[in-house]
Amino acid sequence: MPPDRRSLPPAVLIAGLGGLAAASIVLFLTVGAKGSWSFILTFRGTKVAAMVLVGYAIAMSTVLFQTITNNRILTPSIMGFDALYRLIQTVLVFQLGSAAVAGFDPRLRFGIEVAAMVAFSWLLYRWLFSGSLRGLHLLMLVGIVFGVLFRSLSGFLQRVIDPNEFLVVQDRLFASFNRVDAQLLAVSALVVLAVSVVVWRKAGVLDVLALGRDAAINLGVDHRREVMQMLVTVSILVAVSTALVGPVTFFGLLVANLAYLLVDTHRHRLILPVAALVAILVLMSGQLVLERLLGFNGALSIVIEFLGGIVFLIILVRRAAR
Amino acid sequence: MIEVRNASKSYGETLVVDDVSITLPAGGVISLIGANGAGKSTLLSMISRLLPVPAGTVTVEGMDVTTTPGDVLARHLSILRQDNQMTARLTVRDLIAFGRYPHSKGRLTVEDQGHIERVIRYLELEAVAHRFLDELSGGQRQRAFIAMVLCQDTDYVLLDEPLNNLDVKHAVAMMKLFRRTADEFRKTIILVLHDINFASCYSDRIVAMRNGRIAHQGPPEDIITPCVIRDVYGVEANIHEIDGKRVALYFR
Ligand SMILES: Nc1ncnc2c1ncn2[C@@H]1O[C@H](COP(=O)(O)OP(=O)(O)OP(=O)(O)O)[C@@H](O)[C@H]1O
Ligand SMILES: [Mg+2]
Repeated sequence: MPPDRRSLPPAVLIAGLGGLAAASIVLFLTVGAKGSWSFILTFRGTKVAAMVLVGYAIAMSTVLFQTITNNRILTPSIMGFDALYRLIQTVLVFQLGSAAVAGFDPRLRFGIEVAAMVAFSWLLYRWLFSGSLRGLHLLMLVGIVFGVLFRSLSGFLQRVIDPNEFLVVQDRLFASFNRVDAQLLAVSALVVLAVSVVVWRKAGVLDVLALGRDAAINLGVDHRREVMQMLVTVSILVAVSTALVGPVTFFGLLVANLAYLLVDTHRHRLILPVAALVAILVLMSGQLVLERLLGFNGALSIVIEFLGGIVFLIILVRRAAR
Repeated sequence: MIEVRNASKSYGETLVVDDVSITLPAGGVISLIGANGAGKSTLLSMISRLLPVPAGTVTVEGMDVTTTPGDVLARHLSILRQDNQMTARLTVRDLIAFGRYPHSKGRLTVEDQGHIERVIRYLELEAVAHRFLDELSGGQRQRAFIAMVLCQDTDYVLLDEPLNNLDVKHAVAMMKLFRRTADEFRKTIILVLHDINFASCYSDRIVAMRNGRIAHQGPPEDIITPCVIRDVYGVEANIHEIDGKRVALYFR
């Protein structure tokens, strides 16, 4: 019998990626460390934990979103999540001033941000998603429109705001792993873990959803209910990671498509862990190179968005060529 | 038995399925014919709950398709649409294995494996079973999709233009397979066909649609007549009887 797959055997792939990811974490923790180990490990450890968590959440949410929309060039940010995050940040600073915002209990702000983003998307889904494919497309379209609305509102507020305050807002709008609060990390990790359990148990259903609406219904899957549930799952993941470090738009696209290339299968039990490991690997090694080798700090999101944008273009061009 | 009672469906102002009532008995091959846009696919989609039934009722073995849980229905009725695209990267065998999902929810049993291998053999897909769907010819892909639906092993199998893309040999083999599936396993196969001669030679019943309504129905001898064909398609046809089967010539 001819071989079924042309890519690496799954176990080898996962082990290899896991090893690489672990190595990048160890390198990140140790390279260039000077002074007290306990301080360095705590400081860098928090950062590593944040990157692992965010990488994992973004990878999973993007794969899920692409599965339910049957489209591999979309990311959940199309639903206007990062725009909403921008708006929340801008309005907070505009209304209360940057000093007050900085003095906020970070847990409270985190809670408000996550709640606002999840509530917004949930309302949108309830309102618009009727179960048909058109419903899903309409949902995305309205998401885009809301995104534009939020963006222009924040743009407007940023113009009328005090220039110094504007700089504070600007700074918050670039994803950064440097200002993550350890307590928030723990809470986020719990939320993401709970979501992962649900997703893992639904992996078989996800495989079917990836066949498209009609095939899924034919196979007896309650398409509307499952898609709705997955949309809510996606919004929780995106909200948590955005509230933690800020918006990361193209990163999910990059890692999801790398994962599809690597695994060559439709099974979510394989795609999801591979995407998560790729995400962690890319984040860690990117940060390592930038911070330790080149001495930049906090610029990772810009580089990732740049790389993600290029991947996005390559996918588009390759599709057009087919 | 599939019973459709006063089913209607409109897009905007136009009724595309217009108060259709029809009873399709269990067992045998039933062909649905009609001109482009007559409403065949829409009717099939309503019967198979891919589209909601805004007016009227559809029951399969007494189960109302709009209220029966989807997974229950999936063990009684399967549907293949007219056009099938897939973004997921699947091999032919993976696709066919999905046909067992309603029975085993993704955990394939030995029995499921037996079904899969048998269907692959019946549809002559052994040589391409390990290939990805996007590496197949149109006809091979069509056969893979039909294989998935047959693997679902339901009493009612609805296929929208299953002969699309198939060469003469495979089209004949496919129709023979449907005939055999209906005769040996007492299945009900409902097909949308554009080739009325295939419909004539292999069906027990033919249902002809025109403008969203059932215009004619009956055994092939009643439907394959110059009068009905003119009524349904607006073309003149000469009918010949060859080996006891009616054949329509409409090429001139
Ligand atoms: N989503 C839609 N929106 C508007 N009109 C539609 C839609 N789907 C189908 N129609 C219209 O409904 C009518 C019936 O379509 P249907 O697909 O059922 O035809 P059909 O008999 O299957 O034709 P064909 O032989 O070409 O497949 C057509 O006039 C078509 O234009
Ligand atoms: Mg049709």
